[in-house]
Amino acid sequence: MNGTVVRLTYRALLGGRRAWLLLLMSVVLLAMAVLLRLTVGVDHQVTADFLGAVSVAALVPLFGLIVGTGVIGPEIDDGSIVYLLSKPISRPRIILSKLAVAATGTVLFAAVPTFVAGLVMSGTADRIALGFGVAALVASVAYSAIFLLLSVVTRHAVVYGLAYALIWEGLLGSFVPGARTLSVQQWSLSLTEAITTRDLVSSDVRLAVAGVLLAVVIVGATWYAGQRLRVLSLAGEE
Amino acid sequence: MTEQPSGVIHDIGYRKYDGPRLGRARVTRALYAHSLRGAYGLGRSARAKVLPMLLLGVMALPAFIIAVITNVTSDITGGLPLPYSRYVMVTMPILAIFLAAQAPASLSRDLRFKTVPLYFSRPMERSDYVLAKYGALATAVFLLLTLPLLIMYVGALLAELPAGEQTGDLLLALLGAAVFAVVFAGIGLVIASLTPRRGFGVAAIITVLALSFAAVSALQGIIRYEVGDADLAGWLGLLSPATLVDGFQTWVLDASSSSVAPPPGAAGGVVYVLVTFAVIGACWALLNLRYRKVAVS
Repeated sequence: MNGTVVRLTYRALLGGRRAWLLLLMSVVLLAMAVLLRLTVGVDHQVTADFLGAVSVAALVPLFGLIVGTGVIGPEIDDGSIVYLLSKPISRPRIILSKLAVAATGTVLFAAVPTFVAGLVMSGTADRIALGFGVAALVASVAYSAIFLLLSVVTRHAVVYGLAYALIWEGLLGSFVPGARTLSVQQWSLSLTEAITTRDLVSSDVRLAVAGVLLAVVIVGATWYAGQRLRVLSLAGEE
Repeated sequence: MTEQPSGVIHDIGYRKYDGPRLGRARVTRALYAHSLRGAYGLGRSARAKVLPMLLLGVMALPAFIIAVITNVTSDITGGLPLPYSRYVMVTMPILAIFLAAQAPASLSRDLRFKTVPLYFSRPMERSDYVLAKYGALATAVFLLLTLPLLIMYVGALLAELPAGEQTGDLLLALLGAAVFAVVFAGIGLVIASLTPRRGFGVAAIITVLALSFAAVSALQGIIRYEVGDADLAGWLGLLSPATLVDGFQTWVLDASSSSVAPPPGAAGGVVYVLVTFAVIGACWALLNLRYRKVAVS
């Protein structure tokens, strides 16, 4: 990793008003959790449904998408990436630095609020909050790596990332059960299933398979992003 | 050659335009047509065509499958497996992606390359620009929603379902699709007009559309089934664009609802209608406000 790249990326991603806009989304999640706690009371099934549908299925992928593409997409878009690439820093190291910022951002803005929302709604009972927190944490890293790779590969990274997150994981996943075995969402939910002590969540993927797939995806995507950055060609404006 | 201009060094043959000047309406129409074509990548590079055409194909595919199923099973079921009016809600992610991709594409380049001031140096007014862009994107979204409905309609007619009933249902669903198109295009354009960077625009639009839909649906589900308060769940639908318009068409057009909870009672229905029109009006006003002043720097 390279400190300067990390610092510059961090400032480009979270400098100015942007951190507040991102924080707003986390606050909305927490506000809904508080609202549900006040209206419904403590109901572990509600906690699991809410965190599963809003946090793991929507907030974490969207954050991973915005942050994962945001750390490098705009630079490639406006061509200023050449100034970074012309420095004597190896391309895989640049990717690793960018990934560190993206993963940290997603964890801070999506996984931590998920954990806190779990605590607000269920306390520490049955390790529900912990289960969803860990799932969100791992999913954050995985999504960051995937979408970082995507934004090195294509200029329309956000759109293709959306297609994966919404159509593959959301729409196809609810109709075609087979599509669920290849989705970050289900892999991370299998972690939740393993950690929580009560039977609230069910995942279609076994824990061992999910763990291996997650590791392969995170490492593989990061490695391949480094390789692709080595041969990056700057396309002109369409 | 006829007579050479004599004694003139600098005359290199420039001519003034002395044809008819077509005026504001024609400028607006031209920009509308250009933007509409641009939304599907027509007149742009092949790479720009890939995404909208792909989404159009993905949008039409389920309708085609439904049409085939209808023809195979029409003796048994005697109807479409999915009503026309629910199609938009079922394929909501595709619509959201189309909008997130094409709304910034329509506005961000004009802002980024500072071509907006050039537009306004012509007889075109601010509101004309907004009208052309808004109309073009709404039309593009409407076309995206119309194609699958027409495919289903043709499938239903081929399966010899009652034509009168099908036509009525189709027309109502098309009306609903038009409301969807206007509301969604408005929201997408307002967000897109705030940033000259396409990437931010895409991310912001999808966040507003997808996250609000996911959050509102989850809250509605929990409040309706765990708490058992169907009225409160119905009111919550006002908070996301998709459930808002779905409630609108459920109440006004008697469509079958796809939301967790439809608008509560007659008062709820009226509020849904009012909010829908208020959102459209607000988008129009905000866009005009945004383009009152466009920085040249």
